[in-house]
Amino acid sequence: MSKINTPAMEKLKKKNKYNESGVSTPGKEAWKRLRRNKTAMAGMLIILFLLAVAVLADVIAPYGYRDQDYSAVMQPPSAAHLFGTDNLGRDIFSRCVYGARYSLPIGVICVLIGLVIGGGLGLVAAYFGGHTDNIIMRIIDVIQAIPSTMLCIALVAILGNGMWQLIVAIAAGSIQGMTKSVRAAIFMVRNNEYVDSSKSIGVSDGKIMLRHLVPNAVGMIVINAVGGVSSNILTISTLSYIGVGLVSPTPEWGAILSEGKTYMTVAPYMVLYPGLMIAITVVAFNLFGNGLRDALDPRMK
Amino acid sequence: MTKYILKRILYIIPVMFGVIVVVFLMKAATPGDPVLELLPATATEEQKDAMREELGLNDPLPIQFVDYVVGIVTRGDLGTSYKTKQPVMTEILQRLPNTLIVAVLAMALSQVIATPLGILAAVKQNTWIDNLIVFFTMVGASLPTFWLALMLIDLFSVRLHLVPSMYNGTVAGWVLPIIVVSFGAISQTAKGVRTNMLEIIRQDYIRTARAKGQKESIVIFKHGFGNTLIPVIAGIGSGLSGQLGGALIVETVFAIPGVGKYVADAVTARNFPAVQGGVIVLAFICTIISILVDVMYTVADPRLKTNLMAPAKKKKSSKAAAANGGA
Amino acid sequence: MSEKNLLSVRDLVVHYETDEAVTEAVNDVSFDIKPGEILGMVGETGAGKTTIGMSIMGLLPKPPAHVISGSIVFEGEELLPTSPEPKKLFDFAIRRKRRHEEKGLERMLRTIRGKKITMMFQDPMTALNPVMYVGDQISEVLKIHENLSDADAVKRACEILEMVGIPANRYKEYPHQFSGGMKQRVVIAIALACKPDLIIADEPTTALDVTIQAQVLAMMKDLQQKLGTAMILITHDFGVVADICDRCVVVYAGEIVESGNLTHIFDNPMHPYTRGLFGSLPNLEVDTERLTPIEGLMPNPMNLLPYCSFFTRCKEKCDDCMKGNPKLVEVEPGHLVRCFVTTAGKEK
Repeated sequence: MSKINTPAMEKLKKKNKYNESGVSTPGKEAWKRLRRNKTAMAGMLIILFLLAVAVLADVIAPYGYRDQDYSAVMQPPSAAHLFGTDNLGRDIFSRCVYGARYSLPIGVICVLIGLVIGGGLGLVAAYFGGHTDNIIMRIIDVIQAIPSTMLCIALVAILGNGMWQLIVAIAAGSIQGMTKSVRAAIFMVRNNEYVDSSKSIGVSDGKIMLRHLVPNAVGMIVINAVGGVSSNILTISTLSYIGVGLVSPTPEWGAILSEGKTYMTVAPYMVLYPGLMIAITVVAFNLFGNGLRDALDPRMK
Repeated sequence: MTKYILKRILYIIPVMFGVIVVVFLMKAATPGDPVLELLPATATEEQKDAMREELGLNDPLPIQFVDYVVGIVTRGDLGTSYKTKQPVMTEILQRLPNTLIVAVLAMALSQVIATPLGILAAVKQNTWIDNLIVFFTMVGASLPTFWLALMLIDLFSVRLHLVPSMYNGTVAGWVLPIIVVSFGAISQTAKGVRTNMLEIIRQDYIRTARAKGQKESIVIFKHGFGNTLIPVIAGIGSGLSGQLGGALIVETVFAIPGVGKYVADAVTARNFPAVQGGVIVLAFICTIISILVDVMYTVADPRLKTNLMAPAKKKKSSKAAAANGGA
Repeated sequence: MSEKNLLSVRDLVVHYETDEAVTEAVNDVSFDIKPGEILGMVGETGAGKTTIGMSIMGLLPKPPAHVISGSIVFEGEELLPTSPEPKKLFDFAIRRKRRHEEKGLERMLRTIRGKKITMMFQDPMTALNPVMYVGDQISEVLKIHENLSDADAVKRACEILEMVGIPANRYKEYPHQFSGGMKQRVVIAIALACKPDLIIADEPTTALDVTIQAQVLAMMKDLQQKLGTAMILITHDFGVVADICDRCVVVYAGEIVESGNLTHIFDNPMHPYTRGLFGSLPNLEVDTERLTPIEGLMPNPMNLLPYCSFFTRCKEKCDDCMKGNPKLVEVEPGHLVRCFVTTAGKEK
């Protein structure tokens, strides 16, 4: 229904014919926009696919990740060994498949830890301001002064190699960024009048933070969290590559790559495929993250 | 203005003190006896005790900490490397120029390439040019640095024999490391410039400039670019700090004798004084960079400058408060 | 009334097209301006007033804005492309012709913008470049159009600053050092720098304090008379219109619902919307207990009805109103109204 019809309107009408007509909430609107964003959906599909690979690794991988076959050492990619075999005759494809069980969960867990601690600090700093803010931000300044790769490596050096040590180190490295971005997001909504009016009717600080501030910063937090996962995955593989964190025979992608680099000139596939796995995973999270940014922050469109 | 700069410089002291505390606590939490690392396995108990006494390891932790800080401040003493028995400071100073060369040149290269790319993408938003640049920046930011380095070595050194694969002191040896480092930096900077530029070209003053009948290209460069300078400076600052941190990876891959490789080797050899020293020195450089960036802000943004010059003793600006609070 | 029109807008239709919706911002708008005349354009926020102004300037953001049809003639020159739009992906010849025409128009518009037609934007707080001296922002427009040397441009800019009541020694200051009223004076200075034939002032006083508003308006009127410039004054305030305008158009949901000179509009408002607007204003002469606001909201421009846009809120509607969109009808010379009910039988 309109004053005059244009081609653009006809197109829209056709498209909207199937659209559900219901109450639209900000979340639903964002989902709608996200679904329309092809690259974001591609990113999400890749992530889901990688998750499926991680869960079904036992089914997908033709060999075990530790199975050594000395009759087939450093074989180039073939039908039997899709990505070739390494210097111990292990199937690189199988190792890459099992590798999905490390990078994805560790990346997500570290973001969650960083989010709870860092986000909590940022929330408290922004809400209370004054001395609380000052003290928290001075501590963050100190942590920020140390380049984060350095910090992670130094922490792993102290804690030793291993899964939980790695998680602690990476989570610690991601706290400061999270604190800063959550603080910035909360600052923007903190001075709104509904916060003052809540205070004036005696709502407790905790409730104001959780009911009024956090929901308003959710978009920002989600965007940062997704970005955090991709940078964490890069850090995990970097640490493994340097030889700290997860080391062979753990089939972490960075660790596989680290083993392969010695043989790179004769067997480049030992480096190529694990690197591609890392790159694809990180690209997927970045695609998804960018789509989320557009969906949650439509003013940039 | 001078007062503000002075304040920012003084702010180095509390931050570095904090860094030293963190680093010291890390060492204190580390299991193992450093004396065993320093002395040959054949050393007698007396020799070990003498060594402990000499290093002050028998003192309580707070005294050790004070000694450590005093050593750094008065003598620039960061301890003795377990591996070479040389002062850590000397070893780091030897390697620092190599790290700085890569970081600074890569930064310069990436700014020169990334800023025009970011602006172009923003101006041509939603066209194929924009999509291409966005895609490139996303992929560029997603590639693991060490993997990219290995792939480029494989292509340019092993297959094409264009440049050396390892550091060998020649100019050609710097080419690949700098390209690798700038690759990631270009992606991040271009993305940042694009985002900022998109915001700026929606501003009212851009519309005003267009309404004056100004050419679109001049509108973008005179009115748009002037206002993106602030984020560009921020990008240079955070980019340099990031590269100093990432130096570790590139230096390891290309075997460049820099601070990053020094720390990485020290980590695997459990050579803690070297790790501590490297972290402290790099943190010091990063802090100085961030202060330089803050000072450059005031030059680029007249609003900030006026605020700082105003003698009014109203509410402290957040930055000034930061400088006070930390001291 | 035989004087030639400075600007005439005919049947202008502008839509904003996004993936999610088509917003019918301007529907079939026509009006004329004669040299030296001040035309008030009154309507609620979102009625499409700014879009009309931007269309004349050729500054609509495309995409999403899309001029569907219409013509804008300024001093005898057409400002909108006349060649047909490409309908299909493969209409290369049509597309090339259209693009060529658009480029030529843009080049021509650049010589008009800032020189013959200037526009003042709503919010002086954001309309000035924060990292440029205010003086340089004025001399910029002089340098573009008047071919002046740097020194001459600065000199002229200083004179213009004095003209809008700002001491010339504040040339080298940044916008943040100015108050809101002062910034608006700078914006006016930019708009008047090249002595334009037409100024489009988009709510020039809305963002200012009431006391400053009167000052700025008085100054604008004064300068307008001195320079003999025509002006389109976009506003939602009838008080401003009464103060300085010669004629007035009332815009509702992207359409002109009533137009005429001040006597027509103020003494004999015909459209129920115009009457409603006056009903919601306080009147010193008539003692009323309470003001009568117009019930309801303006229709969503993403979903306009094919009949009278004001129907849902109208107090004088009848069943016939749903039959179609009413046309503008001239009820007395120069007084046009878009309504079936109130114009019935008065058509000339």
